[in-house]
Amino acid sequence: MVDDLSFAIERGEFLAVVGESGSGKTAAARAILGLLPPGLRKVAGRIELDGEDLATVAPRRMRALRGPTVGMVFQEPMVSLNPAISVGAQMAEGLALHERLAKSEIRRRCLDMLARVQIRDPARTFDAYPHEFSGGMRQRIMLASVMLLKPKLLLADEPTTALDTLTQREVLDLMVELARDYGTSVMLITHNLGLVSRYAQRAVVLRQGRLAETGSVQQILFSPRETYTRQLVEALPRRGAASARRAAGEPLISVRGLKVSFGGRQRLFRRDADVAAVNGVDLDIGAGETVAVVGGSGSGKTTLGRAMLRLIPRASGEIRFHGRDVTKTRDHEFRLASQLVFQDPYSSLDPRMRVGEIVAEPLRHVPQLAGAERDRRVAAMLDEVGLAGFAQRWPHELSGGQRQRIAIARAIVRHPSFVVADEPVSALDMTIQAQVLKLFERLQAQYGFGCLFISHDLAAVEQVADRVVVMQGGRIVEQGSRDDIFDHPQHDYTKALLAAAPVLDFADPASVRASG
Amino acid sequence: MRWRANTVIGGALTALALGTALTAAFWTPFDPLRVNLRARLQPPSSLYWLGTDEFGRDVLSRVMAGAGTSVVVALSTVALAISIGVVVGGVAGYLRGWTDRIIMAVNDALLAFPGILLALAMMIVLGANKSGLVLALGLAYIPSVARVVRGTVLSIREKEYIEASRVIGNSELYSMVRHVLPNAVAPVAVLATSMFGWVLLAESALSFLGLGVPPPAPTWGNMLAASRPYMETAAWLSIAPGLCIALTLLGINLLGDSLRDRLDPRMAHG
Repeated sequence: MVDDLSFAIERGEFLAVVGESGSGKTAAARAILGLLPPGLRKVAGRIELDGEDLATVAPRRMRALRGPTVGMVFQEPMVSLNPAISVGAQMAEGLALHERLAKSEIRRRCLDMLARVQIRDPARTFDAYPHEFSGGMRQRIMLASVMLLKPKLLLADEPTTALDTLTQREVLDLMVELARDYGTSVMLITHNLGLVSRYAQRAVVLRQGRLAETGSVQQILFSPRETYTRQLVEALPRRGAASARRAAGEPLISVRGLKVSFGGRQRLFRRDADVAAVNGVDLDIGAGETVAVVGGSGSGKTTLGRAMLRLIPRASGEIRFHGRDVTKTRDHEFRLASQLVFQDPYSSLDPRMRVGEIVAEPLRHVPQLAGAERDRRVAAMLDEVGLAGFAQRWPHELSGGQRQRIAIARAIVRHPSFVVADEPVSALDMTIQAQVLKLFERLQAQYGFGCLFISHDLAAVEQVADRVVVMQGGRIVEQGSRDDIFDHPQHDYTKALLAAAPVLDFADPASVRASG
Repeated sequence: MRWRANTVIGGALTALALGTALTAAFWTPFDPLRVNLRARLQPPSSLYWLGTDEFGRDVLSRVMAGAGTSVVVALSTVALAISIGVVVGGVAGYLRGWTDRIIMAVNDALLAFPGILLALAMMIVLGANKSGLVLALGLAYIPSVARVVRGTVLSIREKEYIEASRVIGNSELYSMVRHVLPNAVAPVAVLATSMFGWVLLAESALSFLGLGVPPPAPTWGNMLAASRPYMETAAWLSIAPGLCIALTLLGINLLGDSLRDRLDPRMAHG
């Protein structure tokens, strides 16, 4: 898992550990805390913290060190807090264990810290339970409980990957502030080079368990010495030339006044007011055009995509396909001509079907293609996505990137004219993201389908989109060509999104600003 | 790996039971029903390997025949319970809404009755014979299968590949049959093995109480019952069927455990 890894963190320094999945970055972090999962064992090496070798320390001493000396924040905010214990009780656990304090003093410190992490009502939060909070707030609570003990070293394992762009920024800024206040060194594990450029001073690049390169962030990003590092940096999406694709004539899909409401929660004697996930949206997409929809979580972009494909029966408004009204009728032709690429490559393929069967399934509805013709089409599709000869494999034998390519092949096999891509690369590693995005662009150029690209990753959007639509609270707040939106944002929300997204400008090395 | 030991031992024991059942259909050392009053209550010997019972019938032959009966009853019951339970649970879990609520209400009402009591009541109606027993026990176990299947289906239907199937244009029925059911098989397979064990035990218990397959047809349960007066004088009469029940149950449980371990997604996706 990890082989011959050596690096150092100075006091008060912010170090980024960068690597793709399988690089051993999480294993290394957990080894510091002695928290390796069953099956992984530390075989050799020293881990020196302030002169003490954590690798050989007795378990009791290790327990005393975890918390006040080394703290850790995990990736999944939804599962890192115990759902059965109140927030306050969990926060107080650490203090109660490591310091001798009266209960009232513990409570006071917890409330102070909650206020510090900008939780609005600390007293109520103290007694509440984790499920009442969003992902971003839970991460802040986690941060608060870890920093309460004023550790010397904070390990943050992809703490914001599961959060949307704006929240990511808030949580990380907070982390940096707190670290600076308490003089805590931070080790941030991430695969996002944008975050590295914004927050870290030095970086360590891991590849398959070994150290690939280490140095200052400036040097790693702008003059990498190793090939692998260069590959990582080059995999970052960047803006291509503004495409000359102008939607000529009638738009492919035209949406007017789309509204999707979900019933409010059923309380004991009354029902909460309906929540409008999509609240009156007008949108046109032309053939061959890629329109990106961006926004924070809860903006309605995912619901918009599903509604445009008529997957949500409770939607109201008008949808026109090639000028035809397809809102009410069960239009089979529309269903055949439109497709969806899902976000999670691990659950969008039926684990009990072989790859060839998965790609062939949509062709059930095309009776003209039968038997040998069908097999030929499937083989051609697999070849297009670079997975020729994979027809007999099972999904669990494939990596995330390969599975996503199968999902794309399945979506394209009927040569649809409209494709909705719902965060198609969010779950993938950096280099794989680049490959899949390139594949997507090539296929679109070749088959000319119109595409609705839903994403919170502004860098990916910058690469693939022709037009960009910004959504907030179910409404479109701004739309325009890609260059217009990225270079001259008008609406405040758009500006906030752009500011929050760590986008690297390669033309300007001075733009790399590391805080602290 | 731990499950390998389970598989080997469990598989061996289960195979032994099934093999005996199968053999008994064609051959037993002696006729299990033939009464021979001159050879009553003989201890195990080279002629009668497990001795004879109070009517002079060879215990080994009766145990083999009993295997046949018990195993056939258990298999039929499990097949019945699973086939109906999968449909009921699958439909309820996939369609949700009022269909789900009504089906589950009836299901839970049935679940509230202790299995054997329910089977007892139905035996009175259906008659004390093999098919009656199968129907009664099967009906008693359908609710548990339905519950498990419904739970599995509920979690599967949220998976994205089910939505993908809908996006492709497949009908709900097709999605359910082609995508949901094959993926729901794993927990059902494990349930089937443990259910086989419960049914075997239930049948033995009912026969022990005199409410299952009536004598003179041997089942392990009624052999055990008949051995009660002779426990001190002819211990082999209770040891033989008792040991058979215990070993078969052990084998099936071990097999079920290893099956469950092997089908555990964490082990399948390396």
